[in-house]
Amino acid sequence: MVLQRSDVEKIAHLARLAVSEEELAAYASSLSDILKFVERMDSADVSRVAPMAHPLDAVQRLREDAVRESSQREKFQAIAPRVEAGLYLVPKVIE
Amino acid sequence: MHKQSIASLAQGLRQGDFSSEELTRHFLDRIHRYNGALNCFITVTEEVALADAREADRRLRAGEAHALTGIPLAHKDIFCTDGVRTSCASRMLDNFIAPYDATVIQSFKAAGAVMLGKANMDEFAMGSSNETSYYGPVGNPWDTARVPGGSSGGSAAAVAARLAPAATGTDTGGSIRQPAALCGLTGLKPTYGRVSRYGMIAFASSLDQGGPLALTAQDAALLMNVMAGFDEKDSTSIDQPVPDYCAALDQPLDGLRIGVPREFFGDGLDAAVGELVQAAIGQYQRMGAAIVEISLPNTRYSAPTYYVVAPAECSSNLSRFDGVRYGYRCEDPVDLMDLYKRSRGEGFGAEVKRRIMIGTYALSAGYYDAYYLKAQKLRQLISDDFKKAFVEVDVIMGPTTPTTAFAAGDKLNDPIQMYLSDIYTIAVNLAGLPAISIPCGFSAGLPVGLQIIGGYFKEAQLLHIAHRYQQETDWHARVPEAFET
Amino acid sequence: MSWETVIGLEIHVQLATKSKIFSAASTAYGAEPNTQACAIDLGMPGVLPVLNGEAVRMAVKFGLAVEARIAPRSVFARKNYFYPDLPKGYQISQYELPIVGLGHLDIHLDDGASRRIGITRAHLEEDAGKSLHEDFHGCSGIDLNRAGTPLLEIVSEPDLRSAREAVAYMKKIHALVRYLEICDGNMQEGSFRCDANVSVRPAGQTALGTRTELKNLNSFRFVERAINLEVERQIDVLEGGGSVVQETRLYDSARDETRSMRSKEEAFDYRYFPDPDLLPVILDEDYIEAVRETLPELPDARRERFMYEYGLSAYEADVLTASREMADYFEAAERASDGETRLTANWVMGDLMGALNKAGLDITESPVSAQMLGGMIRRIGDETISGKIAKQVFAAMWQGEGDADEIIEQKGLKQVTDSGAIEQIIDGILAANPQQLEQYRAGKEKLFGFFVGQVMKATQGKANPAQVNAILKQKLSSS
Repeated sequence: MVLQRSDVEKIAHLARLAVSEEELAAYASSLSDILKFVERMDSADVSRVAPMAHPLDAVQRLREDAVRESSQREKFQAIAPRVEAGLYLVPKVIE
Repeated sequence: MHKQSIASLAQGLRQGDFSSEELTRHFLDRIHRYNGALNCFITVTEEVALADAREADRRLRAGEAHALTGIPLAHKDIFCTDGVRTSCASRMLDNFIAPYDATVIQSFKAAGAVMLGKANMDEFAMGSSNETSYYGPVGNPWDTARVPGGSSGGSAAAVAARLAPAATGTDTGGSIRQPAALCGLTGLKPTYGRVSRYGMIAFASSLDQGGPLALTAQDAALLMNVMAGFDEKDSTSIDQPVPDYCAALDQPLDGLRIGVPREFFGDGLDAAVGELVQAAIGQYQRMGAAIVEISLPNTRYSAPTYYVVAPAECSSNLSRFDGVRYGYRCEDPVDLMDLYKRSRGEGFGAEVKRRIMIGTYALSAGYYDAYYLKAQKLRQLISDDFKKAFVEVDVIMGPTTPTTAFAAGDKLNDPIQMYLSDIYTIAVNLAGLPAISIPCGFSAGLPVGLQIIGGYFKEAQLLHIAHRYQQETDWHARVPEAFET
Repeated sequence: MSWETVIGLEIHVQLATKSKIFSAASTAYGAEPNTQACAIDLGMPGVLPVLNGEAVRMAVKFGLAVEARIAPRSVFARKNYFYPDLPKGYQISQYELPIVGLGHLDIHLDDGASRRIGITRAHLEEDAGKSLHEDFHGCSGIDLNRAGTPLLEIVSEPDLRSAREAVAYMKKIHALVRYLEICDGNMQEGSFRCDANVSVRPAGQTALGTRTELKNLNSFRFVERAINLEVERQIDVLEGGGSVVQETRLYDSARDETRSMRSKEEAFDYRYFPDPDLLPVILDEDYIEAVRETLPELPDARRERFMYEYGLSAYEADVLTASREMADYFEAAERASDGETRLTANWVMGDLMGALNKAGLDITESPVSAQMLGGMIRRIGDETISGKIAKQVFAAMWQGEGDADEIIEQKGLKQVTDSGAIEQIIDGILAANPQQLEQYRAGKEKLFGFFVGQVMKATQGKANPAQVNAILKQKLSSS
């Protein structure tokens, strides 16, 4: 798959990454190279193979329903870019 | 003191030859002297280290010491450390003071180990040369114009230059073993699920695993005794008893069956590296092991598979870095979209953005089956290759890397060439197996690593096999000349 | 042309666990902002989710109650999108393999008919936080206390054909989750939320029309209103020669309109994939059977039982089993009434519900407990008081003046059943009203009521009405 600048723009938007005009071309070329590389997978026959999501055949453990956390708001918000009245502030969210 | 193994330092502490504070000051002095040349630490936690050391000395005097009490260590800057900057070598987290300790860090604290500082690495562990760090590249102590490997390059360089007796690292596609090989160290990537991932900033969740970088297998075993274990905070952690990794180190190797995959000795392998690895395998044969030629036919798919799975998971794992609750936030965002795009665009480096975009693409509508699903199926095939092999053999041996340390800048602008430097290590992560890299010689003055891959939860066996080799050879004891004193 | 409405509902039920679905932070409502958002809920670097077993158990309970297939293996997936109230940039949800598969629920309509509505699936997921849009210098504030609260999203088949049916289905689910004690059902606090997928098609057509998704339907009334508005709008569009655009629309109750949500217009690509931080949830038969044993009597079974055990009509059984609390109240009152089933049904559905509605109270907040009401009804049954006096007693109980026996005693409301005494009073009244007596005997039988009234007045209503009638009849005819 060869990506065009417009493809990179779309992907960057989906991933919320600001990419400059100059970078677009460079990414289009390096991402295309990588896709070409990973498309070496195409020669493998996986028609009868089940996908593997985890290395180990393990099962989800279930946690007991108990409250064990108490507020650490001050500590957590000390490292926040912008807070007020205990809230994280972001530019206006338009619904 | 800096040339001793942890095993002998621990003995010195116990005998009162020196205090932990003296030992710690010795390593801090070395860091001050040499870090400028190597850039292997992002943060040196001098005050924390001295406080840890004094507490360790108290424990030592009180007879409450653990094997690692008072031993200074460096931690890869991917492990969250409460109250200490945890940057993941990214501008994104340059201002991030972690509000909690990773489980691994907690375990070392409980054991009384001393934290010297946070080691440099590739940004978000994405890289094989430690050149993607926001804090600049790390030099290889054997030749500072060459890369130390990555992503745990700072950890490896620090230990190789004897700026720390041992260090923690993480391994997603080779990030412990490859720098261990390029810096002449012993580096173990444990079985997926053996070491808790809680507090280890995620790159690719189904591949990441923490482990030790040390001078010897015995030291790695000492660290594993602390790091390994079930953690209820990590759903992928496995609840299985942890053996004493030091207990079986000295057993004989009689009857050991070593598989040598022909795919690990094909095109792309540097001839001198190949010869040293074969020589090491020959040494094992002389020590009583049987050599069996095997095949891992899907090896050639491992790098392409990895470069779909890892970026896909990373694209999602790194979405939390959005400039809202912590980390980098761009100046004066005009709206929400601008906040997201510029904070992430400015906070992440080029390689991280590249992988996020590849992963985003591989998961997006219309491409999921062709990339992500296909990669997951190949992952099964690659894993099955190992399962079949382990019916016939106990361990698999081969080179850790195709070449010795390459020159800085060589592959930085060629992602594919960079990705191929992990060609022998990646399959192990895809399968979730444990593997160790140990020094097995030098080519043109640069260390070469032998990789030993084991079955699930066979860390003790790997450490034992590595230890036996280190009893017969002294590659692991060599010190880079510039850092001898 | 006549149009058919097609509706499917997605109901988000907040599960009543103590802690969150993937963290040990509290789910309690109404705390100070961000005081119940722990490192995991905030999506701090390095944190990992661990699944709350109680959320799984509650989901299974629901699945069994709607006779659905419980998945022996279900998988959590990540739904990726950026939004400030979504800390990790993805929501942990279930996609291809939900925990609850195909099930169904029967709804009973006002005309007595009942319909079976398919439930496509129900899956576990985590709730998001809240964006507060009060102006913070042109900014929004983010509170992540709700982030990570367990949700069960219940998706219906497009089987509903009117807003009324949609409401009946929603009410049924609402009652069910409260019966099962898996949700508090509090709609003001957002514990029970609903989105509706609405489309119309020409009657007789089998293909579905283009649908719109209505959001923000946080009361039964709004669901009905919003769907009706949307159906009208779609029909107008189609009859005007236009076509319906597939989009998300927000119901604005203040303006009583639905409008397109601009910010959501952008096509989403959620990039679902299995969450590598979580392993497959495996449930064996033993687990499922153990949950089945904990199921209470379900609303439909209870409704049936109310009909045959208490002889109630379908309508009465519907009303009295509308909520578990209502049904529990009725049964407790009935027991305390000493077998006065009919009277109890009438009192609960009549005076009690009237008083509750007037006061805007829920059955659980009734000042008159089931024990008190039943105790009063028992006194009607054993003729200590008449039905009329009972209204007085009920009003006093409502005011908190004590239980029925205390009030009857204090106010001297005990019925007079001494026939000698009643006879004496009647004799006095007949003697005092010779004119009326004469007219009665001359055939003006309507005056019977007058005499009864006089007796009741003289006894302040306490004379046993049946006895009064009998004795009076005898006196009037005999002499």
